[in-house]
Amino acid sequence: MISYIVRRLLILPIILIGVTLLVFSMIMMLGPYERLSTYIKDPAELKNVDVDVLVTKLGLNDPWYEQYGRWISGVARGDMGWSESAGSTVTQAFLSRFPATAELGLLALLPVVVGGVILGVFASVHHNDFWDHVSRVLAIIGWSVPTFVFGLIMLMIFYGTLGWFPPSRLDSWALDIVNSAGFINYTNFFIIDGLLNANFAIVGNAIRHLVAPVITISILWWAFIMRITRSSMLEILRRDYIRTARAKGVKENVVVYKHAVRNALIPVVTVAGRMVLGLLGGLVITETIFNIKGLGQFMAQAAQQLDYPAVLGGTLYFGFLLILINLCVDVSYAIIDPRIRLE
Amino acid sequence: MEWQEVVIRLFKNKISLIGLILIIFFGVIAIGAPWIAPPSDPSEPYMVPRAGWGFEPQPPSSEHIFGTAEGQYDIFYGIIWGTRTAFRIGFIIVGISSFIGILVGTLAGYYGGWFDEVVMRITDIFMAIPFLIAAIVMTTILGQGLRNVMIALITFGWMNSARLMRSQVLSIKEEEFVIAADALGAGDFRIIFKHVILNTIFPLVIEASMRMGSMVITASTLSFLGIGAPEGYADWGQMISFARNWILGGEGNAIKYWFTVVIPGGAITLFCLSWNLIGDAFRDILDPKLQ
Repeated sequence: MISYIVRRLLILPIILIGVTLLVFSMIMMLGPYERLSTYIKDPAELKNVDVDVLVTKLGLNDPWYEQYGRWISGVARGDMGWSESAGSTVTQAFLSRFPATAELGLLALLPVVVGGVILGVFASVHHNDFWDHVSRVLAIIGWSVPTFVFGLIMLMIFYGTLGWFPPSRLDSWALDIVNSAGFINYTNFFIIDGLLNANFAIVGNAIRHLVAPVITISILWWAFIMRITRSSMLEILRRDYIRTARAKGVKENVVVYKHAVRNALIPVVTVAGRMVLGLLGGLVITETIFNIKGLGQFMAQAAQQLDYPAVLGGTLYFGFLLILINLCVDVSYAIIDPRIRLE
Repeated sequence: MEWQEVVIRLFKNKISLIGLILIIFFGVIAIGAPWIAPPSDPSEPYMVPRAGWGFEPQPPSSEHIFGTAEGQYDIFYGIIWGTRTAFRIGFIIVGISSFIGILVGTLAGYYGGWFDEVVMRITDIFMAIPFLIAAIVMTTILGQGLRNVMIALITFGWMNSARLMRSQVLSIKEEEFVIAADALGAGDFRIIFKHVILNTIFPLVIEASMRMGSMVITASTLSFLGIGAPEGYADWGQMISFARNWILGGEGNAIKYWFTVVIPGGAITLFCLSWNLIGDAFRDILDPKLQ
């Protein structure tokens, strides 16, 4: 067990270096002049300068390993470079956008996991009857609706028509309060900050802005978790120990919720890693549609503008997060299920 | 289970039957596109015709039964020819990426050892970049266009089938019939192809079917973000990107332009739904534990 974790931790830097090499090699498919464009804010700057001199000065013509070395040694010193699309350093850009994404992602995880598990258990208890088929078809439909279509329809109905759930993170009056001197930004999670400042209008406003994006992200993964829970429950419910429990007269509710659900959740934990990966992709679209200034929107924007310090830094950051999450999943899997003997 | 029996069961299962009917429906539309929506310029059938140069979308009328999108692109034409685009994107991406995945997974699982270790770490590296972000970066670098979207999605789309195939091969490698074939002196190629791949293909088919839907969604997402199909190309994702400026409607009626989102969005959803229904029913049929 310990040796397994150690081995995974040793592989971690290799994977991370591989990730940066992969992204870097994609970037290097562009010519030096194309990459130069990320350094130029205003076309007027190019008027009096020799482009070739600029390329040489920035080292864009050097062999790839020298350019990669420069970048990676910067990263090792905590300097990820300058992001043109954010107008700040990459690190600053990430730090300022992280709370919005984390708030959205964490709030989405809760309904996804809880709702998905409850519905999955419900479907398995009603195996092959009407409710099973209904929930199954709903799950497949939920899995088939593209996030951007769902998000646009949410905006159309709940913002355009009903005016309930506006886009962005806060209304402008609330933003004025948050940015004023009297309001202390402890975490930049507006819900938590609102509570800490005892300003419940802010809390309410932040929640109102989060409802639509949270539902948009959740819908797909809710279906996913539900299907996994259902099939895992079905398998568990026909085990001998369940039959024994039933035979000795344990109430059906206790059999299902106490004996079966716990074991059925093991496969659900293992897919959590895959789900987080998908959530990150969903964040890109959801943040873009709902105009939330988070990491996902930033990455989409940076990628389209070929702001490559931001893209490289972002993939490194996401890759790190992802590997860490996967590691946690693997370890928790081993802890939950003692039968797993990890080599 | 023999494949004939699987096919029969797919037709008998109500859920997969709906999926099959939907796919056949889309197939008929794709094949019949030149007759359903005759192109005005036969040399460029994929370019959606424009009914003028006005900006505001026009509601469904007898002339444009699904209405027109921003820039007066005919939505009906875009949907009909977009069906062809969706099939082409789906088949090419899923076909090639599954092939790569099967190849990589089989070799890694069959030969094992350090080769397996290296190959699977490379797979991990590709999986450590969020799929959509990798696709956006690669498409932006290669330049706008459906061909580049497909290259990007194939580059970052083979890992799941590789991992699935590898686990299948690992479990079947120790089966007696494979060991027997080896003992009888069958070559590696023959064992891999005849005994291993043919006996492990079904889970891959389920995975591929489910991936058809998600790949078409991802490709249309890229078009929606404006880095996929070129402007005016018949592509469902692009039809929806035309709707972005009109989501909040106008003149006190927020759902005034509903058709610009709901019609192309419905087409994508139904298309993915059909593949997912089949994949889901397939899984139930092949997993005897669940019956």
